[in-house]
Parts: sequence; structure tokens; C-alpha cells
Amino acid sequence: MSYRVHVRVMPRESLLDPQGQAVEHALTALGFGEAAGVRVGRAIELEVAAPSRAEAEARVRQMCDKLLANPVTEDYRLQVEDA
Amino acid sequence: MLKVAVVRFPGSNCDLDSLRAAERAGTHAYFVWHRDTGLQGADVVILPGGFSYGDYLRSGAIARFSPIMQAVQRHAADGGPVLGICNGFQILCEAHLLPGALMRNAGLTFVSKPVDVTVERTETVFTCAYGAGARLRLPVAHGDGRFVATDDTLRMLEAEGRVVLRYVPASEASPLQPNPNGSANHIAGISNAAGTVVGIMPHPERVAESLLGAPDGLGFFTSLAAWRPRASTLNVTSR
Repeated sequence: MSYRVHVRVMPRESLLDPQGQAVEHALTALGFGEAAGVRVGRAIELEVAAPSRAEAEARVRQMCDKLLANPVTEDYRLQVEDA
Repeated sequence: MLKVAVVRFPGSNCDLDSLRAAERAGTHAYFVWHRDTGLQGADVVILPGGFSYGDYLRSGAIARFSPIMQAVQRHAADGGPVLGICNGFQILCEAHLLPGALMRNAGLTFVSKPVDVTVERTETVFTCAYGAGARLRLPVAHGDGRFVATDDTLRMLEAEGRVVLRYVPASEASPLQPNPNGSANHIAGISNAAGTVVGIMPHPERVAESLLGAPDGLGFFTSLAAWRPRASTLNVTSR
């Protein structure tokens, strides 16, 4: 089976996110004063061949722990769907 | 003569400066390519500055898995000295040879200018030529230089005296902006416990000759003269 996996990598909540702050300031300047708590992360999509959905998710978690996210500074979430 | 391997990744751009600084300090320095699997018997490894693999994903994240880094990991595990400068520091953190990580500068801009730092730890292979507390003026040139680590890691680094360089704090008289990137505890460089693996954001190789002003950075390379490979390291390099 082939699965399409969406990986969402975000800077850890406790860390300063200067990009998010800058985007928030820009939104405020554009008249979107209601925007708050802006954070900027990264989205990665990939296709994975695996015998099952759980297997695909487990493999992508390994990819995240090893390469796609930095465990010191980032958290990630996965969404797995049929390809 | 001490053998110094300078690793070249696609995107390294301080490799030649690092080689020259090491040569000026009286070592035999040569390049190794990121696809190489051996260090050609190097006593010391330098990971130079630049933008390895275009800084894709995260600075240093992809370089960390290049073939040469397996050899660097073994070299470091055997007590061999490794100096990571700027992108080299980022690679050392990604490779877990040093704790913490280097994130986007707090001011978001790429910072390229001289900064004042103090040498906080002189018991390392690369800083033993300096006096404790020596103040150096070194250039920085980075976009991702904000050192972050968990509170526990920061406490450990401070308690064990593993902060090697620190930006001169704002309270002291300095014509230069302190802490150019928002690093925790004003940290500009750290080491492993043994003082053999050192990572720093400033570029000592760019100020290693008097033609370019005060050669404040040369000490990182002349320090090597005082270091002698241990027997175990010699066995590894002759393998």
C-alpha cells in the first residue's frame, strides 16, 4: 500500500519564534489587528510504501526523529491518508 | 607535523580561509570532500563555515548525514579534536556531537560584522593558547546563530564550564552591538566535556593574520601546537 503523509513541523511553543512575530506585526500593519499568536513552521509531504497505515506512520515518525524535525527545537504532527 | 583535515561540503565557503589559518599555525592542512569516507589519518578536523547543502531543511541537518560525517563521528568518539565554525557549529549540533541547536537570529536579519567575545574556557584543544577571560574581536556572519538549549542543558553547560566563547554583555562598554542573534546566556561557542569538540559562531579564520587587522583568531589554530594526540587516537589514525 502507498500512503500520503503530511508532516507539520512547528517551532516548540516555549521558544521565541521571531518569524511568527514578524508576520504578526505585518498583519497588524495591514489592518488585521485581530490576528494573534502567529507562528511559522514547515509542512512536508511525502508518499510512503508500507504494509499498513500504522506501519507508514511509524516509519515517518522515525524519519522525523532522525531528520525532518530537530527534537531540541521543534515538534511535529503527522496525518496519514491513502495515496 | 599535525595533520588537519578541512571538510568541504557543497556550499562550504570558509574552507580556504580555514585551511590557510591552519597552515599559518604550522600544521599540514588539506581538504576532504563530503563524499569521502575517511579522514586520511587526520589528527584534527575542521568543519568550516558556509551554507552546506544550501541550508535546506535546517542549517547543518543534511550535512550531518554525509558520508564524511560518519568518519568525523568516529574521530570525535575516539577523542579526536573537531572544530566547527559557524555552519560547522550547526552541523555539530545536528550531529549531536554538541548539545543544543542554532535557530534563526532573533532579529531575523543575516548579521555580518565584528563582535566582541570573551574566552570563557581555555581548557580546550582550540583555545589553550588564550589567557582566561581574553577579549577577542571576531567577525560573525550568520542568519541562524541563536543558540538555544533546554534549561537543564544550559545549566549543565554553565556548571561544567563548557561555554567557550561568550558575547560581551550589553552592560559592558562596547562600541559593537552585543549578542548579535539573541543566543541564550550570550553563548557564542561551546565544547564537549573533554574540550576536544568545540563549536563557535564567530569566524577566527577570517582574522588570523595581521594583514587583516589584529589577528585575534589565530589562537584557535596555534592552540593546536600545544595539543598532542593520545595513543588511542594515533592507533585510529594509522588504521
